[in-house]
Amino acid sequence: MAILEIKGVTKSFGGVKAVEDVSVNVEENTLLGIIGPNGSGKTTLVNIITGFIKPDKGSVFFKGKELIGLPPYTITNLGIGRAFQMVKPFFHLPAFKNLIVPLSSKRVRSTSGGGYGDKDAIALDILEEVGFERDSSVPYKTASVLPHGYLKRLELARLISLKSEIFILDELFSGLSIAEVTSILPIIEKILFEGNTVIMIEHRLKELFRIANKVIVFNFGRIIKEGAPKEILEDEEVKKAYLGVEV
Amino acid sequence: MKNRENYRKERIDRCIKARSDDIYALSSYKEMWYLIFPRVVPIIGIAILAYFLPLYWKKVVITTCIFAMLAVSWDFLSSCGLLSLGQALFFGIGSYTAGCLNHYFHFPIYLTIPIATICGGFISTILLLPVIRLRGIYFAMVTLILPLMLARGIEATHVFGGNEGITGLSPFPNVWVELTFIIAGMWAALFALRRFISSDYGLIFVSIRDNDRATMASGINIYAFKAQALFIGSSICAFCGAFMTHLYMFTGIPVFTMEFSILPIAASAIGGIGTLAGPLLGAFILVPLSEILREFGSLRVVFYGLVLVVCVVALPEGIFHYLSRKYNEMERWVRLE
Ligand SMILES: Nc1ncnc2c1ncn2[C@@H]1O[C@H](COP(=O)(O)OP(=O)(O)OP(=O)(O)O)[C@@H](O)[C@H]1O
Ligand SMILES: [Mg+2]
Repeated sequence: MAILEIKGVTKSFGGVKAVEDVSVNVEENTLLGIIGPNGSGKTTLVNIITGFIKPDKGSVFFKGKELIGLPPYTITNLGIGRAFQMVKPFFHLPAFKNLIVPLSSKRVRSTSGGGYGDKDAIALDILEEVGFERDSSVPYKTASVLPHGYLKRLELARLISLKSEIFILDELFSGLSIAEVTSILPIIEKILFEGNTVIMIEHRLKELFRIANKVIVFNFGRIIKEGAPKEILEDEEVKKAYLGVEV
Repeated sequence: MKNRENYRKERIDRCIKARSDDIYALSSYKEMWYLIFPRVVPIIGIAILAYFLPLYWKKVVITTCIFAMLAVSWDFLSSCGLLSLGQALFFGIGSYTAGCLNHYFHFPIYLTIPIATICGGFISTILLLPVIRLRGIYFAMVTLILPLMLARGIEATHVFGGNEGITGLSPFPNVWVELTFIIAGMWAALFALRRFISSDYGLIFVSIRDNDRATMASGINIYAFKAQALFIGSSICAFCGAFMTHLYMFTGIPVFTMEFSILPIAASAIGGIGTLAGPLLGAFILVPLSEILREFGSLRVVFYGLVLVVCVVALPEGIFHYLSRKYNEMERWVRLE
């Protein structure tokens, strides 16, 4: 059985059909890539899965449990973590204190026990995992002064500290240099290796196609193509939707 | 003045220095003094002031402390993403609770104040619970309108003494008790909240203001936390209301006036939002200032407004932010080798 089943999800904003009758099955421990032109409804689908937006129609099942109607924090506590396309750190807090918030969630407190005690050491470990230099001052800096690349890593660190089972990464690589992307890719591979499921929305097709098991293509809120990376690459309709984009 | 040619300006951050090597801080009297000084001086200063001032100004100190607590509570709520335009609501509910308990049930002061503090916080939270999902200005609108509604409601239905309010409530034994009680309450609220908000648990409240969506995506039920923040913030105001009730031996519709909502915001704005101590400082500037300006008659409001504008324009970050930066970031001239 698929770990995540999306069935006939539809959502319109005024006259705009942002997502229209979308159905996808996400198999456990695979990496699903979602691509599509700007404004094709990818982020809206993520918002529906994670409870930030209620769809007009359709259902989403996580391990057979209906998610529609649950608030975002409950869905997060079930094990679905999402990184925001627009980074959303807690600007007033130091980087490592940013992770105290997910580490205080019901999910983490019930699995690893303990109350609200000293979690700084765990936070620093996770930050090191995503590439914050441990012995430098970077993990202690206020999030508002951190460069964009670190804020993207912080988004990833939040999902890791939540012990998520499904990682939804909304354009994690946007605005990053090739070097930074190359250094984050192994972290995602490790997340997969540990048995988790990853859904990646990306405009960086080259990197995505290298690690994806399956790719779906969005256009105008609909899935126009679904298949293995290689099939997608050769598809004429996809090329047309992505006109001018070198793959 | 030194001959500057052989000197270079050095800037050291004393805050980081004293914090990062804490063993040093503990072993050196100088560094210990550096940490204790800004806390001890205001505490002793206000105590001495309150002791020596004439009776009229003692009363001013008491009023100032009340507004300072309202301001600290406002700042705490805003630190948790709850923009309140209705401190008067919490204040008034505390006042009426204490007044009613004292008048109808003859509860003594030492019972009415604690009960009114807890119940006031509880009632305020319940009242605002239905709108806790509203954000920013929408939440603020409701807090603004509720005290006005309660006041008009009491006026129309004549409950709790109606327009005349309830008079003849138990007073405090003497002015010393009043002073000690409110000053101790104020410091307790300030230091407890400052400690709370920097704890791992309190951090979650700050994260809600920074970004409520990211807090939800971190698996935190933000509405439960906002309700807790509301309870804490409104309890503090309810305490002030209950205290004032016994101070003036009266409770009535005036406890819902806008002044209790607006002055805390002005105090926070000039003192420094988000510091908790700043709003307290702001109240200690604005309330006595308003007393001093009394002799100017109608011009009082003009001067008062002028001071407010000058403060906000000259130090938009707030006086407390400015002072703490200057205090922590000491510059000195060092001789070049
Ligand atoms: N909250 C909203 N209110 C109104 N319209 C919205 C809202 N969110 C998204 N839309 C519209 O829905 C459509 C899909 O937007 P969405 O953000 O899901 O696209 P996307 O595929 O994530 O694009 P991008 O690649 O630029 O991130 C767009 O036309 C957008 O304008
Ligand atoms: Mg998007």
